[in-house]
Amino acid sequence: MSKLPYEVQSEPVQPLSVLSLEGDVVNPDFMPKLSDEQLKEIMYRMVFTRTWDERAVNLGRQGRLGFYAPVSGQEASMIGSEYALNKDDFVCPGYRDMPQIVWHGLPLYQAFLYSRGHQHGGQIPEGVNVLMPQIIIGAQILHATGIAMAFKKKGEKRVAITYTGDGGSSEGDFYEGMNFAGAFKLPVIYVVQNNGYAITTPFEKQTAALSIAHKAVAAGIRGVQVDGMDVLAVIKAVSDAAERGRSGEGATLIEMLTYRFRPHSMSDDTSKYRTKDEESEWALKDPLTRFGKYLEKKGLWTDEDTARVKEEAKAAVNEQIKKAEAAEKMTVAGLIDSMFEHTPAHLEEQKADFQ
Amino acid sequence: MAQMNMKEAIRDAMRAELKNDPNVLVFGEDVGKVGGVFRATEGLQGEFGAERVFDTPLAESAIAGLAVGMGTQGFRPIAEIQFVGFIYEALDQMFVQAARMRFRSGGRYHAPIVFRTPFGGGVKAAELHTDSLEGLAIQTPGMKVIVPSNPYDAKGLLISAIRDNDPVFFMEHLNLYHAFRQEVPEDAYTVPIGKANVVREGSDVTIIAYGLMVHTALKAADELEKKGVKAEVIDLRTLMPLDIDTIVASIQKTNRAIVVQEAQKTSGAAAEIIAQINEKAILHLEAPVLRVAGPDTVYPFAQIEDAWLPGPARIMAAADKVVNF
Repeated sequence: MSKLPYEVQSEPVQPLSVLSLEGDVVNPDFMPKLSDEQLKEIMYRMVFTRTWDERAVNLGRQGRLGFYAPVSGQEASMIGSEYALNKDDFVCPGYRDMPQIVWHGLPLYQAFLYSRGHQHGGQIPEGVNVLMPQIIIGAQILHATGIAMAFKKKGEKRVAITYTGDGGSSEGDFYEGMNFAGAFKLPVIYVVQNNGYAITTPFEKQTAALSIAHKAVAAGIRGVQVDGMDVLAVIKAVSDAAERGRSGEGATLIEMLTYRFRPHSMSDDTSKYRTKDEESEWALKDPLTRFGKYLEKKGLWTDEDTARVKEEAKAAVNEQIKKAEAAEKMTVAGLIDSMFEHTPAHLEEQKADFQ
Repeated sequence: MAQMNMKEAIRDAMRAELKNDPNVLVFGEDVGKVGGVFRATEGLQGEFGAERVFDTPLAESAIAGLAVGMGTQGFRPIAEIQFVGFIYEALDQMFVQAARMRFRSGGRYHAPIVFRTPFGGGVKAAELHTDSLEGLAIQTPGMKVIVPSNPYDAKGLLISAIRDNDPVFFMEHLNLYHAFRQEVPEDAYTVPIGKANVVREGSDVTIIAYGLMVHTALKAADELEKKGVKAEVIDLRTLMPLDIDTIVASIQKTNRAIVVQEAQKTSGAAAEIIAQINEKAILHLEAPVLRVAGPDTVYPFAQIEDAWLPGPARIMAAADKVVNF
C-alpha cells in the first residue's frame, strides 16, 4: 500500500558498531577515546564476569546460590555501559544486571548474599550509587526517572541509567518513564538489552515496532540502536548519552542488540524455543572473542592474559561466596525491624513470637 | 486561630512543610496552577514556585515511581493521586516499591513519601472516584495509613506524615473537604500517627470508626442517648499502625463494640480490628463485636450510594443487637 501523505513515517535503523567480527575497526569515527590501560581494564572486567557467571551457574546447581540469571553473551552491553559512567552516576538495574552494580561498587559477596535472600545483600554501602536488581521488570525505569529528576533539581551533573530487556519494553512503566523524562528533559539513560527473548517469547511476538529504539520517538527523547556485542560501540553510545544528560539535553533510549548464551534463569530449556543455528550464529559475535581479537592485534592481550584473569576470577568468587556463606543468618526479628524506621507496637508483639 | 475546613487545613499543612523543609515537593496531575481538582494545593505553586509544586503527565504509576526515585535522593515527595480508584494504576510503585524500599535495601534507603488521595462516598462522584481502598493499604507491609475526620487532625496528621521517614497513604474523605470549619492553629503542629481519639465518652457500647463514619457514628450516638444508651465513639485517625490500646481500654469500660467502615464488609479494616479485639479483650466482651459496612459489591456510584453507605440507622440497629445480646 502506498504511504499516505499525512501518515507518520519511520525508517529502519542500522545499529552502531565500531568493530568487525574479526576485531578490526570499521567505524573509526565512533571509536571512543580510551587509553591502552583502559582497553585492558575493559577486557579484564569482561573475562572476569564471564568466569564469575560460569562459577555462579555451578554454585546455583550446588544449591549455594538462590535465584540467578545468567549473563554470558551480554558482557559488552553490561560492562561497557557501566564503564562509560562516572562513579557518582546512579545505576537502577533490571533482574539480570548484577555485573553493572558490582562493577559500580557493590561488593561481590553482597551480590551472592542477595541471591541467597539475605537482606544484607541489598544494604548498599555509602557512596555506591546503585539500587538492587528489580524483579518487577519495569519498576526501576521510574526510579531512575525520579533519581534523574532529583539530580536535575539539585543542579548536579549526574545521570541515572536503568536497564530492562526486550520484554520489559512492553511494560506500561517503560512508556510512562520515558514520557516523563521527555516532558521534564531529565538526565536519564534507558538501556534495553534486547537479547531476543523475554524468557522464551521471541522478539517478533514482543512488538510490531521496527525496533525498540523507535519507541523513543513517541516520548520525544533520543533513541539509538547499538550492536550490543561490540563493547566499544556500547561505550560510545552510553558516553554520548551521558554527555547529553549532563549538558541538559535530556534522556536517551539505547537499544542494545545482544544475546544471552545461557537460559533465562537456571530452569528453562532453550532447546524448546531456540535453534542450534541461531545459537551458532550469535556465538560468532561473542563480545569477548571480538574485543579480544582487537586487543591481540594491538599487542595488548594474549591467551595467557585470559587464563590469568580466569584464575583470578575463580579465586575471587570462591573467596566471596565463602564470605557470603559465613555471614550471620538474618532473623525474623531483624526482618520485622526493617519494615519501618521505628517498629510499631503491633510488630514488636509479633517479633516476640520469634525470639 | 483561623477557622478552616478540612481542605484548607490540608493545604495549610503542605504550605507549612514546604516552608519548613526545602526537600518537600508537591506533584501530581493538575496540582500546579489550578491547585488540584479540589483546589487542595491552590496557591502553593504561586508561593513556592513550579520547581517545588508541579504538574506531571497523566500517569499514576510514574507519579508514584518518580516519588520513589526522588525519595532515595533525599527529597520528601507529597504525591497526589487525583482520585482513589486511580491508585490501582500505581499499586506496584506504592505498595511494592515504596513500601519495600527499607526491606529491599537492608535499611540503606527509605521512601519518605506521602501519597495523598481523595476518597469516600456520598458525593455523587463518577465511578472509581470514591471507593474505600484502605483495606488494600493496611495489608501492605511497610505502609502507614491515615484517614482524618476533621480539619485539626488533618493538618496535624499530614505534617506528621510528611515528616515521617516511611511511606504514608493519606486518605482524604471527599465529603469532609467542605463539611465544616474548625479552629486550626496557623503554625505547624503534629498529631501523632498511631494514636486514636475518644471523641465521645460513653459506658454502654463502643463505636469504632474513621473518616466520615466518625460523624455518622456521632449522629447515631446522639439518637442512642435519647433511648438511654450511652455510646462511646472512637475516631481511629490511623489504621496502620492501629491504636488497639485505646480500643481495648474503651471495651473494658463498655464491654460491647461495633466497628463502622464505608468499605465492603469482608476482610477490611473492621475485620482486622475485631480480630485484634478477640486477641486482646475477649474476656471483657458481653456480646459479639459487629461490623457495620458496605455490602460486598462494587461501589455503586451516584444513584444508590446513600442506601449503600452505612448510616445512623444501621449503626443504631447494630447497637441494639449488641446491647440486648
